[in-house]
Amino acid sequence: MSAAITDPLQTSERPARRHPVTLVFCCTILGAAAQVLMKTGANHMAHPGLAGMITNLPLIGGYCLYGLSTLLLVLALRDAELSLLYPVIALTYVWVTILSFLIFHDEINPWKLLGIVLIVVGVGVLGKGGRR
Amino acid sequence: MLLVMFGAFIGSFGAIFLKAGAHQLHKGWLYLFNWRLALGVGLFLISSYFFVMGIRPPGELSVLYPMVSLGYIFTLLWSRIFFKEPFTRNKFIGLALIVAGVFFVGLGSK
Repeated sequence: MSAAITDPLQTSERPARRHPVTLVFCCTILGAAAQVLMKTGANHMAHPGLAGMITNLPLIGGYCLYGLSTLLLVLALRDAELSLLYPVIALTYVWVTILSFLIFHDEINPWKLLGIVLIVVGVGVLGKGGRR
Repeated sequence: MLLVMFGAFIGSFGAIFLKAGAHQLHKGWLYLFNWRLALGVGLFLISSYFFVMGIRPPGELSVLYPMVSLGYIFTLLWSRIFFKEPFTRNKFIGLALIVAGVFFVGLGSK
């Protein structure tokens, strides 16, 4: 039954196009989580200097997540256009703004809200692909 | 502000080398360690150093963010020049919206 209702437009599209955008999407979530962890780490810095940094678990976790998100970006870039994928990274700002509101209780004002909406719409337009 | 702009410029080249290095992965997983990817990551680290220098007082996030999104515009140009990726209408519209969005997020972060 479900096969019968599949959107013909979607199936005729090359699947290789969608997959990289999803990867970059995950990459932005990881990147935002990394930034939040780094901020947490910076807030709880026990000792200043290098010793404090390498014993700071949130900070190390943040760097690891950054590494992971870079790896995802590279995998995505293998199969898709750079000019299409790179601006999607701006979604990180959206997640960071939302997460820092939820976790650090940073304020969200109309400007930030407008910015978030514009970024999301912009990514949507890019996600529609390089169709001319 | 110039520091941040320079950082965005370097970062856009980081993206170019990341893309060039990613192509090597078609040959196999071991190609994950190739000089292009390493250089790309290195350039990103350098650019983030400039960003951090740029936001030290009296630098402001609201100024920094629009400069960072300049990097996206550079990257669009380089992609066209180095990888022959076509300009499309959707890319311009999407990029313009994103740059404006980053600008406003920065404006709200004063």
